[in-house]
Amino acid sequence: MVAATYQLKRADFIFKNDNDWEKILDKTLKRAPQELINELMSSELKGRGGAGFPTGLKWKLTAEDSSEQKFVICNADEGEPGTFKDREILSKVPYKVLTAMAVCGHVIGSQQGYIYLRGEYKFLVPELQKAINEFEYYCQQTGHEFSIKIFLGSGAYICGEETALFESMEGKRGEPRNKPPYPTSSGYMSQPTVVNNVETLAHTFTIFKYGAKKFYDLGVQYSRGSKLFSVSGDTPKPGIYELELGMSLQDFVNEFGDGDTKAVQVGGASGFLVPRKRFEKTTIGYRGKLTGISLPTGGSMMLYNSSRSMYNVLDNYLEFFREESCGQCTPCRVGCQQLHSGIKAVKRGEKPAQYLDKLLKLTETMQLTAKCGLGQSVANSFSSIVENFREEMIY
Amino acid sequence: MNPVQDLIKDLANEHGRSRANLLPILQGVVEQEKFLSEYSMIEIARELDLPAADVYGTATFYSFLEHKKMGTFIIRVCKTITCSMKGKNQILLAIEDMLKIGIGETTPDGKFSLLQTNCLGWCHKAPAMLINDDVYTELTPELVRDILSQYLKK
Repeated sequence: MVAATYQLKRADFIFKNDNDWEKILDKTLKRAPQELINELMSSELKGRGGAGFPTGLKWKLTAEDSSEQKFVICNADEGEPGTFKDREILSKVPYKVLTAMAVCGHVIGSQQGYIYLRGEYKFLVPELQKAINEFEYYCQQTGHEFSIKIFLGSGAYICGEETALFESMEGKRGEPRNKPPYPTSSGYMSQPTVVNNVETLAHTFTIFKYGAKKFYDLGVQYSRGSKLFSVSGDTPKPGIYELELGMSLQDFVNEFGDGDTKAVQVGGASGFLVPRKRFEKTTIGYRGKLTGISLPTGGSMMLYNSSRSMYNVLDNYLEFFREESCGQCTPCRVGCQQLHSGIKAVKRGEKPAQYLDKLLKLTETMQLTAKCGLGQSVANSFSSIVENFREEMIY
Repeated sequence: MNPVQDLIKDLANEHGRSRANLLPILQGVVEQEKFLSEYSMIEIARELDLPAADVYGTATFYSFLEHKKMGTFIIRVCKTITCSMKGKNQILLAIEDMLKIGIGETTPDGKFSLLQTNCLGWCHKAPAMLINDDVYTELTPELVRDILSQYLKK
């Protein structure tokens, strides 16, 4: 076992001012696409929405496609319970995101970008549109061809899944597609599309400004760079913090806990619940050989102290999934309903405690057979809560 | 001519008449009318030359596209975990008590509707709610009463 000994290290890149975006844009657009891809690849930046796909590779694959029409989409459908960082980026440093989108357009060969903004953030539109207008005006003046449109969602968690997002933008129900084909060859309007999380784009700005090394030097092996964390729940200092990846959960709890932290939900409702006894052994970052038990996160960190019933927490998550499941595939639609009704029945004593094992089996089936990440990841929080707090589920 | 028809024509002119423009058009109708009636959905289908079933399918998928007449001000209280831990129920009680409506109901004068919604993305400032597009955070029953009395004057 490799013990986690990393300390909590603060970083400050994302919210550093974006006043110099014009300079960075001009400078970066003069460089060859292949050079920019290499720069991104060597930074080892991975998607900050939670899935952690290497950003450079995504751009490379899309750039290699020979289609005439391609799209750049900024995924601002931040719906995972416990995350609120993307809104902050879009309201504080929007030009970083817009610049990164234009650079992506230059790399892959696209003149059209979209920001898919969740309906809950509609109040951002006037300010964001103002920034876009100024950005597009500058692009016109300097001869860069790139335009950006805001596409507003209407209250559907699943539309943050990239293929459901395409369906939604095409005027359909937000139901995920089968993969492959992947968005890099067939995305929005069946054209090659890069979909990047807001924070990922903001990090590419940092990389193009300071070079890949500055980013690569942060974090640990396999989990390079810094990341925004949305901290909420039982903590004296809820908010958004930029930290280097690779910290141990114990260090995190020492910093943000209220002294009585019983468990931390890493990665939102679709992530994992880590009980106190595992804080030491758990690191926050992408999966890798060296980091022991390493949990990825889109940034959502929810702390629970001993006054919280884990049954209530799970009940709340399952109600969320039951409502947000798109209903397209049976494992997820029926599975979420059965899990939710199942834990209620056990709690009321209508089913024996062993019924929980049946439900755990059901989550395994969902993990194997559900069509998209939503149905597959319900198993994460369900099994980590039921296995660690079984008695709270029953009594 | 029904005013909804004019609205739909205007929206279609503004956004375009392809399937990809369906969501902005539906959103535009909901913003004006506060819901999507069967009549509006059929009119949109006619205007965009789409099967009415497709319009219905899209319209009923999204939780912010209501298909029941809503009040002028739609109150959406976040019920996801952090807001729920930080006193969402007291907020709901304060609203119910003040407006004399339950969850899913609309006041008889058609001014307010009360709904619950999933994570609004304000967990660090819980509990939170939306009134139409405006966000209110770090709510307490007193604060909610103040906010609502401002809206009652509108």
